Amino acid sequence: MRYLFAFLRNNNIFFLFLFLEIIAIVLMTKNRTFTGSVILNSTSQFSGSLNKSYSGITDYFDLKKTNELLAQENAYLKNSIIQINNTPNTVTPPDTIYQYIVAKVVSNSIHKADNYLMLDKGRRHGIKIDMPIISDQGIVGSVVAVSENFCSVMSVLHKDSKISAKIKKSNQLANILWDNMDYQRGTLTDIPSHIDLRVGDTIITSGHSLIYPEGIMIGIVENYNTRTGSSLNSAIIKFSTDFGSLKYVYAVQNSRLEEMLLLKKGVEND
Amino acid sequence: MTRHIIINLFRFIILVLLQIFVFNHFQLMGFINPYVYILFILLLPLETPKWLLLVLGFIIGYVIDYFSHSIGINIFSTVLVAYLRPVFIKYVIPKLEPGPDVRISIKQIGFSSFLTYTGLLVFIHHITLFYLEIFRLSYFFITLKHAILSSIVTIILILISQYLFYSRKKL
Repeated sequence: MRYLFAFLRNNNIFFLFLFLEIIAIVLMTKNRTFTGSVILNSTSQFSGSLNKSYSGITDYFDLKKTNELLAQENAYLKNSIIQINNTPNTVTPPDTIYQYIVAKVVSNSIHKADNYLMLDKGRRHGIKIDMPIISDQGIVGSVVAVSENFCSVMSVLHKDSKISAKIKKSNQLANILWDNMDYQRGTLTDIPSHIDLRVGDTIITSGHSLIYPEGIMIGIVENYNTRTGSSLNSAIIKFSTDFGSLKYVYAVQNSRLEEMLLLKKGVEND
Repeated sequence: MTRHIIINLFRFIILVLLQIFVFNHFQLMGFINPYVYILFILLLPLETPKWLLLVLGFIIGYVIDYFSHSIGINIFSTVLVAYLRPVFIKYVIPKLEPGPDVRISIKQIGFSSFLTYTGLLVFIHHITLFYLEIFRLSYFFITLKHAILSSIVTIILILISQYLFYSRKKL
């Protein structure tokens, strides 16, 4: 026993080192889900408000670009109104299933293996876990953690992100992955080889995952090479969302989500 | 002694703020992400006890983790660097005797010793950090590339900071 104490005393620096590293490992593993992604508890009030005041300062530098984007979005919406008005024979307008909550990006990353955003809206404003986040340019991500006034969003630029997508012109389903560490490009996988896919084709969300509404823009096909012999091909797509300069985004509230999930659960239980 | 504490506390705050507000947003070529806060551990006084090095490494790692959407990875790599620091000082800068005015800087230990010391520890730190962050072997080479390029940027920034802050002072 005395030798053991002597041993511990002589190597106390090494044991302190081991002890601190074990704490770090425990923190790492405790906060990783089975898929390997980190669950965030940094949605806390303190880091949130610090990031918010920081983005309050840097916002001034981007005002011009933000204005331009808003003007573009306005023009697009005005055009859609004209289109709707010009087609008076449409059947009764669809129910508004989706409601949008505007949120400001207070922190963002694009160069990591797992990228997250923090938004200045939280539980108090109606944000819930799994809510999809979109921008005027396309998809952004989905909510993974919520606090009272802030929420953390798992970006599409995440190595575990998998989005159910479809090719707009043929309605063919496929999946979007992000596996090339390039914040402008993703991979469209599981494309059946008989599908005629061309460079420049538009990829939108399918709406099948119950997270993203149907028809949200994802990107356009940039590179597609068919491989002979394989039944499923993949293509490189360029995201329509410019993840590097996100300022304002929308959280999409689906008022029928609970009903849909309940039904799905009921089917799975049978 | 008090002067050392104030200088290092000041350096701690400045480096943490720089890291979370400037370098965490640094987007050169989309993937270069320098972690300059490690300079705090590298520049601590020579007579800092080993246990204090480890504890300070843990604290700064925790603070950086808290603000950069990661948990544990900065702690792990920084504590590792804090543990290895005395070994590197012993072999890379052997001629240095601890004294009240002895600091780890280019002026005092020379450019090549400083570059070897900083370079090796920054590489160890970045490689550990980048592999823990990605947590998958399928990205082995791309992670290595990102870690090496980011380390080079960090080392250049550290060298620039040396010339900015120590050039005017006494030799």
